[in-house]
Amino acid sequence: MTEGTGVPLAAYQILAAVLFTIGVVGVLVRRSALVVFMSIELMLNAVNLSFVAFSREHGSLDGHIFVFFVMAVAAAEVAVGLAILVAIFRNRETANVDDVRLLKG
Amino acid sequence: MSLSLLWLVPVLPLFGAIVNGLGAGRIPRRVVSAIGTGTVGLAFVIAVGCFLRLAQLPAEERIFLQTLYDWIDSGDFSVPIRLALDPLSGVMMLVVTGVGFLIHVYSTGYMGHEKAYGRYFAYLNLFTFSMLMLVLADNFLLLFFGWEAVGLCSFLLIGYWYQRPSAAKAGLKAFVTNRVGDWGFMIGIFLVFVTFGTLDFGRVFAEAPGRLAIGSGLATAIALFLFIGAIGKSAQLPLHVWLPDAMEGPTPVSALIHAATMVTAGVYMVARCHILYTLAPAALGVVAAIGAATVLFAATVALTQKDIKRVLAYSTVSQLGYMFLALGVGAYTAGIFHLMTHAFFKALLFLGSGSVIHALSGEQDMDRMGGLKKHLPRTHLTMLIGTLAIAGVFPLAGFFSKDEILWHAWENGGPLLWGVGLTGAFLTAFYMFRLYFMTFHGQERLTHEAKHHLHESPNSMTIPLLLLAVLSVIGGWINIPLVRGGQILGAWLEPVFADIAHVTGGAAHHAAGEVTGSHATPEITLMVISLVVALAGIYLAHRFYVVDPGAPKRIADRVHGLYTLLRDKYRVDELYDAILLGPIVRGSVRLWQGFDVAVIDRTVNGVGRAVEKAAGELRLAQTGYVQMYAMVITLGTVIVLGVLALR
Repeated sequence: MTEGTGVPLAAYQILAAVLFTIGVVGVLVRRSALVVFMSIELMLNAVNLSFVAFSREHGSLDGHIFVFFVMAVAAAEVAVGLAILVAIFRNRETANVDDVRLLKG
Repeated sequence: MSLSLLWLVPVLPLFGAIVNGLGAGRIPRRVVSAIGTGTVGLAFVIAVGCFLRLAQLPAEERIFLQTLYDWIDSGDFSVPIRLALDPLSGVMMLVVTGVGFLIHVYSTGYMGHEKAYGRYFAYLNLFTFSMLMLVLADNFLLLFFGWEAVGLCSFLLIGYWYQRPSAAKAGLKAFVTNRVGDWGFMIGIFLVFVTFGTLDFGRVFAEAPGRLAIGSGLATAIALFLFIGAIGKSAQLPLHVWLPDAMEGPTPVSALIHAATMVTAGVYMVARCHILYTLAPAALGVVAAIGAATVLFAATVALTQKDIKRVLAYSTVSQLGYMFLALGVGAYTAGIFHLMTHAFFKALLFLGSGSVIHALSGEQDMDRMGGLKKHLPRTHLTMLIGTLAIAGVFPLAGFFSKDEILWHAWENGGPLLWGVGLTGAFLTAFYMFRLYFMTFHGQERLTHEAKHHLHESPNSMTIPLLLLAVLSVIGGWINIPLVRGGQILGAWLEPVFADIAHVTGGAAHHAAGEVTGSHATPEITLMVISLVVALAGIYLAHRFYVVDPGAPKRIADRVHGLYTLLRDKYRVDELYDAILLGPIVRGSVRLWQGFDVAVIDRTVNGVGRAVEKAAGELRLAQTGYVQMYAMVITLGTVIVLGVLALR
């Protein structure tokens, strides 16, 4: 529809998939809560990329709107999440997710 | 006064019960007394007004229905809360509110020293309400409501001094024994409902002659099952055991509930359902037989009791037997008449004995009384009147009502029932005068402490005694036999019992028959005989307990076995313990240990242990590592997506 740069949709999708997988692995294997957070951001942005790519492909603005929502919510989530993280660190002197398991029976 | 005020008669005592019950301990005593007695007094005034208004109506129209509330309304079955005032319920209403009011007044004196004063009056008012609902009910279900509610109040008031184990136990005994009767009563009501499809008195009694053949099995079954309820409530053989123990309650309670009103509910119920009983002559025979047996049984036990209230309790059982004897021979008016006069003189006797007990600081054993005549002049005078009335001395109340019963027993029941009644009359005169002489005459056998506090009761107690004494004298004059226009009560109740004649096709037995020459002579003869018998009883009591106080002991020694049998009340309680309570208790223990502990508890505990063990294993899956949970979630998602993609 638009005269593009010639980069095909599949390339965007592969990049998004790779980023998403890196994010998932990061969430699963890293111990530091801060890094886990960053990995989650990575996953979110992988999805954003996918949204934007589809949006451009179809010439529709819906994807962009989704992305704005995701970014807004992610910003809020990071604010709350970091606050919790700081509170945990102050109380327990650690940001390691394995050390925060008080609810385990 | 308009008849539409009828609803106030039961509602006023209910109001008193609610106020005194909720405010118990917070309302000052004087206000409690004012509310307690005032509501019942006002109810009595309104009851009199309604009664007089009813009397102004023509005889056939003397029934007034007032619907207060649609209680149950389901399909074509409906049970309204509806009051029915007719000549029969009118008489009962006057007795309940009138005697009830006097006993409330008396209670303000007798219970004056009690701590739980408000609770007492709340119960007493609640009882009055329940009893009024019972007599004013116009269907079986509402009657049953009143029936159970008076039973509840009886239980609560017997156990008023619940700190005493004997009182708590007596209350329980009364409640449980009544359940046995209520079982039969409920089955009777079920049968009525199955047969007629309605519980409304008017419809059931109107349709009964058409639906049930005379003497049919169904009619007999209904009548007998309903009568089982009456046996329990009115303490007839073999369910009489609770009434003597009920004397653990305060004496005014014994007077109101266990003599004058509640225990007569069975008599009222049978009279109310007279049409069903007329259709079941066999059931009527059972009523007469049980009544007669109870007369003799209770009267003989009363001969040997030492506790003044127990004598009166057995006397009540015996007099109730008279009422059932009357009903059983079809003399409904005579039964209701005796119910009314008995309410007067037995309430008087109980309140009089209460006055004696009060004066002696709680002493009830007649062996530690005697010679109280000069110390308690008013109590003595009124008790003497009550004793003469119950003994059946002319012209006091008991004479007329008892002779009417004896006359009908002779005419409709035959010489055997009459003979039993006459023997009962002799025994009644003897044991009542035994009580009188042992209490008021002879040597003073008081304990030192009782003597110290000896005092005549306050006016609030003696004035009700005097009023009841007056009623015990003149109460019988409303139904004088053989005199033209003498049978006021008979004529008044005539419209209620008139339908009997339609069923039997002949003249009703009960009818307020005009003077006929044919039965005047035998009736007068029977009257003279019973009067002579009563006087003989009094003479014998005088000989035994005043002239020769050693005589009773000598006779008791000579017939030692019989004496102890009577003193132990024929050992009925022991018999029930042995054949009923013992096996039930032992069986329950076995069930408890053999089934409850061994089966149910072990099953429940086993299930609990199994769950606990399984949970202990599953628990290990919860490692507490967030990332492991995330891993599981991710794997799950991948698997689900994989399945969806490859499908």
